[in-house]
Amino acid sequence: MKKFIIFLSLLVSLSVAEASFEVKEFNTPQQEQRYKKLTNEFRCVVCQNQNIADSNAALAKDLRKQVYNMIIAGKSDDAILEFMVARYGDFVLYRPQFNSTTFLLWVGPFIIFIIGLYMLVSFIRQRKKVVVTNLSSNDKEKLEQLLAEDKDKTK
Amino acid sequence: MNRALLPLLAFIVLVVFLGIGLTKDPRKLPSTFIGKTAPMFTLPLLNERTKTFSPTTMLGKVWILNVWASWCVSCRAEHQVLNSMVSANKVNLIGLNYKDEVTDAQRWLTRHGNPYQLSVSDVEGLAGIEWGVYGVPETFVMDKKGIVRLKHTGPVSNKDIAEEIIPLIKQLEKE
Repeated sequence: MKKFIIFLSLLVSLSVAEASFEVKEFNTPQQEQRYKKLTNEFRCVVCQNQNIADSNAALAKDLRKQVYNMIIAGKSDDAILEFMVARYGDFVLYRPQFNSTTFLLWVGPFIIFIIGLYMLVSFIRQRKKVVVTNLSSNDKEKLEQLLAEDKDKTK
Repeated sequence: MNRALLPLLAFIVLVVFLGIGLTKDPRKLPSTFIGKTAPMFTLPLLNERTKTFSPTTMLGKVWILNVWASWCVSCRAEHQVLNSMVSANKVNLIGLNYKDEVTDAQRWLTRHGNPYQLSVSDVEGLAGIEWGVYGVPETFVMDKKGIVRLKHTGPVSNKDIAEEIIPLIKQLEKE
């Protein structure tokens, strides 16, 4: 009997888990595609590393509903994007728009890359110079001798 | 300057920036509403379901909107702070009861005290979306023109009230 009760309660909990799967009806397949695309683009602000399509958070659910309602009402993708950014800021977008606050976010990696490239090139150039200038004529002779010996050996 | 020190310098700069990043709470988002007109809603009052409230009725007054819910644990800690704030200062405090059961919310106010002039009940959480609410509790301060001047995410402490909210309200009252 006890086992049966446990089995029953497990069944109930299963059906509750199932209930969180949402069925949404769209007028056209395009609308459904836009819904999928948009909900994948928005970050769930309470769970940080999930988009609102994947998240089970209550807020994500509400925002999915919001996106759905706006699509059904005939709002454009841009209008929906603007709606979300106006309320939750650039952070809500996985690909934030390019503006004064997100400028460094977009350009920063390239700046760091260019600095790194510059440092690498100047380092290599400097190293070459050191090799050439530090040799006296005596050393040069010695070097040529050694290189010649080396060639003989490899033959 | 010694060139060999450059990498060390770059490393120190990196450590300082990452260190600053560590002290910030990633859950706190900068509000997009500061300096903008407070979003609209018209919602029924929590205690008088037939009456409604909308932010436009607060035009000409400096007021605070506090988003709360009976299911929100940190609201309970904040509630005592709000209670003492309204007993010590003259402020217009409006509550937005966010995604809550009406009876639960009413019971909560009777048990813990009611610091609000009135609370509106946002069962669907739609006004919450309009205000960009993502974590309860949240607190907004509006000036006389209905422009949002401050947003505080998470529970406010006595220190926040004494050092931030009350001075701001006093300043806004003079505007």
